[in-house]
Amino acid sequence: MSRSRLLALLPLTAALSGCDLVVLNPSGDVASQQGQLVVVSTLLMLLIIVPVMALTVLFAWRYRQSNTKARYEPEWDHSTQLELVIWAAPLLIIIVLGALTWMTTHLLDPYRPIERIAANRPVPAEAKTLEIDVVALDWKWLFLYPEYGIAAVNEVAAPVDRPIRFNITSSSVMNSFYIPALAGQIYAMPGMQTQLHAVINQPGAYKGFSANYSGAGFSGMRFTFHGMVDGGFERWVSEVKAGGGALDRNGYLQLERPSENEPVRRYGTVEAGLFKAILNMCVEPGKMCMNDMAAIDARGGLGMAGIHITMPLLYDKHARRGAVFGPEPRDVIGICTVAELVPELVPDLVADLAAPEPAPELAAPLLGAGLPRPSTP
Amino acid sequence: MFDLSVVTKAIFGRLSLESFPIHEPILIVTFIAVLLGGGALVAGLTYFRLWGYLWREWFTTVDHKRIGIMYMILGLIMLLRGFADAIMMRLQQAMAFGGSEGYLNAHHYDQIFTAHGVIMIFFVAMPMVTGLMNYIVPLQIGARDVSFPFLNNFSFWMTAGGAVLVMMSLFVGEFARTGWLAYPPLSGIGYSPDVGVDYYIWALQVAGVGTLLSGVNLVCTIVKMRAPGMTMMKMPVFTWTSLCTNVLIVAAFPVLTAVLVLLSLDRYVGTNFFTNDLGGSPMMYVNLIWIWGHPEVYILILPAFGIFSEVTSTFSGKKLFGYTSMVYATVVITILSYLVWLHHFFTMGSGASVNSFFGITTMIISIPTGAKIFNWLFTMYRGRIRFELPMMWTVAFMLTFVIGGMTGVLLAVPPADFVLHNSLFLIAHFHNVIIGGVLFGLFAGIVYWWPKAFGFRLDPFWGKLSFWFWVIGFYVAFMPLYVLGLMGVTRRLRVFEDPSLQIWFQVAAVGAFLIFLGIAAFLIQIAVSVLRRNELRETSGDPWDGRTLEWATSSPPPDYNFAFTPVIHDNDAWWDMKKRGYLRPQDGFKAIHMPSNTGAGIILAGLSVVLAFALIWYIWWLAAVSFIGLLVVAIGHTFNYSRDFYIPAAEVVRTENERTRLLSGQVKA
Repeated sequence: MSRSRLLALLPLTAALSGCDLVVLNPSGDVASQQGQLVVVSTLLMLLIIVPVMALTVLFAWRYRQSNTKARYEPEWDHSTQLELVIWAAPLLIIIVLGALTWMTTHLLDPYRPIERIAANRPVPAEAKTLEIDVVALDWKWLFLYPEYGIAAVNEVAAPVDRPIRFNITSSSVMNSFYIPALAGQIYAMPGMQTQLHAVINQPGAYKGFSANYSGAGFSGMRFTFHGMVDGGFERWVSEVKAGGGALDRNGYLQLERPSENEPVRRYGTVEAGLFKAILNMCVEPGKMCMNDMAAIDARGGLGMAGIHITMPLLYDKHARRGAVFGPEPRDVIGICTVAELVPELVPDLVADLAAPEPAPELAAPLLGAGLPRPSTP
Repeated sequence: MFDLSVVTKAIFGRLSLESFPIHEPILIVTFIAVLLGGGALVAGLTYFRLWGYLWREWFTTVDHKRIGIMYMILGLIMLLRGFADAIMMRLQQAMAFGGSEGYLNAHHYDQIFTAHGVIMIFFVAMPMVTGLMNYIVPLQIGARDVSFPFLNNFSFWMTAGGAVLVMMSLFVGEFARTGWLAYPPLSGIGYSPDVGVDYYIWALQVAGVGTLLSGVNLVCTIVKMRAPGMTMMKMPVFTWTSLCTNVLIVAAFPVLTAVLVLLSLDRYVGTNFFTNDLGGSPMMYVNLIWIWGHPEVYILILPAFGIFSEVTSTFSGKKLFGYTSMVYATVVITILSYLVWLHHFFTMGSGASVNSFFGITTMIISIPTGAKIFNWLFTMYRGRIRFELPMMWTVAFMLTFVIGGMTGVLLAVPPADFVLHNSLFLIAHFHNVIIGGVLFGLFAGIVYWWPKAFGFRLDPFWGKLSFWFWVIGFYVAFMPLYVLGLMGVTRRLRVFEDPSLQIWFQVAAVGAFLIFLGIAAFLIQIAVSVLRRNELRETSGDPWDGRTLEWATSSPPPDYNFAFTPVIHDNDAWWDMKKRGYLRPQDGFKAIHMPSNTGAGIILAGLSVVLAFALIWYIWWLAAVSFIGLLVVAIGHTFNYSRDFYIPAAEVVRTENERTRLLSGQVKA
């Protein structure tokens, strides 16, 4: 494979000398397998594209009007053999390419832990995967190292030849986490986690960025990925630790506010559970975490007790969402029985409620006024 | 004392003096230019007393031919706007290096790339494709008009209404800053609280009504109004591809409408379909919009395939090779186009099996597409190819499109897509197929059918100039983007760090300038041809020795298309008629039943624009008034009983005699 790749690159490199085709010539094993796949698939398709282009030129030239020597058969419009060939030839190529696709898509699935560090170098049994949590913010990247309790903005480092797992999320809108030299990209989405497994094979500073437009500061949403030799990485970690600076929930809420072209920033300590809170969109105090909400929902809700959680449910990150006709933010400050209501303040309401209406009506639905609660008949 | 701001808010909604972008010098200059140009146009029309003529003969027309021409004009005007956006982007990206911010701020630049995509797809490619189908399909099937002539007029004006809204956003407020598909949460009210996304939504909704209704109309026309003897397998290939395209429109556009309704509910009434929290799922939007979006790609390219089929067979002087397999290939593409949408977001994190499935279905589409290419190839084989302009566009298409097809299949391999997704490689790929496929096809179609529509040919010199500028310009503009994509450069960036990239962007900008010359030469070609129309006059009605029915009638065709409905015996109906020594009927003409013009379409569309504008700016009273107005006019129109008339037999005789005179006056080989 590598020889065919070199051959394919020969004319390209001649034409593009001096420019860095990082996609075809990356420094991480995953990206280089993907790059090779680009080359192999292209070569496979050229098997049919080149003859088609050549025939187009040939026929266009040979059967031009002025060439009266060429055969002219105005009524010839069908040939079963030819039809078989023109459907079968692309079909064969697609069968080969389809098989290749099925295999490589599974092998290079970003969720799948890597099995090799490079060609013919399986991951050693004692290798421990480096976990890096990634958060796309408006408009910068936050990297957390759960193993070391450190974090950095717009800078990330990893030792050479050690398997890495990125756990990726976003704070507000969709982004795509991409370091071309390391591995293919994957989306970063708020409230969701995607994963990417990769390994870097050569030390160096590589470009990383968001590959999905995310608003005004998108162009400046760049970071550097450092591939480091083993000791170098440990030194970097201790430097970050020694540099001090703490990232807690309040600090994060400050950090996640939109800003552009952020410089590198490092944090020597990180509040425990921060990434989980970011992922579940509950860094703000009082906000219910999505995983908790999902757990409650899975049990069929909380019934009456659920009324206490309207405040956390109506949370929104930057402001109220702002739809003109949407419900106003509401806050339940307490619940009471009809008897406890102060009759002078709301006489009509008390009269209404005194009527033989079913009592649960009091517990107004959280949203979408008028929807019956599941328990009422 | 009352608060004045409450009153102005009730009257003007969100609209205020700050809504006008007077801080943007580029927009001010554009506005002045538009004001001067528009003023001159209005003054000219008034001076020459053309308003009445335009209203009676064009704006209210239900003639499919005139509506087709209006679609083409709309597409052409919007092409200029969309291209202006393109060249501004190319300039910005060529300049913004080495600490330079370029000349566009993020607020402006982000609107430009969004508007470029929206305009080029919805208001250039769609109207032009619809325009050609509108003009040609009824002629090719021997019909006098489409099934629902009024609906056709209404559809056109709704499409134009959408275009008006996009243009309006240039000077009143702003356009979306989200990319052309407006992915939430970015397009949600939390992150895009301004009017831009609302302009986007309502422009597409208004235009979408037009597209959908025109799709219904053309499906019905093709299914029900074919001349006697024209079975499905005797339809011209362009009609076949039109049928498939309109089936796709009818099935796909409601999805777009629905997804935009859900997005507007999120934005207007605080629902949570696509929000981050409270159970919303932005991924659902991405799926839904591509379930419309991928068929949309084929909606554009299939008619172009039809054009190339007609052109190749006409100019090779041969029957189309493999008509049956061509038809089946088209139908297979139509069906498969619904099974591939996920390839637009392999990187969203679906499992490997899901990604492989959609990758492989995508590759399978390349098989019927490849078969089509081979069919054109073998149509040329043992032909007598006349290299007139339409054929030149076709050969350029065949050579260009296969490259785009190849990079497309490459992008369908998920692991390869992971490294190329959203990169400039992707941009190069889809411009490769849209310019090299759809646009080249449209140009071939315009040059091919122009004599039919206007009775004179287009000047070949300026046409060839335009051709070479376009083709070379395309390669110079987009090949560097392939390279940049392989260098890992992503799309929609406004400023760059790495100075080694600059040269590629500068080359691409040169390419865009060449394309500009191509567009200019095309416009000059039209102007020169109009001025020299007497020299270029074409009286036979059949300038290219055509094969299909549209060449059987005069150029331009009479209002009623065919005095007698032809009877079809072969799929190249006109070729067959010529071969069998068909004689034009000279007498026995009868009065012809025709639909009457009506102003209801343009009025309804105008009210829709007002309604959309009111909704965009939260001017609720105006929204209510215009909505009621819409209902009143729509219901009122149902009481319009003067909907048809007869062209008297005497007038048909006069028209046909005139044609006989013209035909006898020319020497025909």
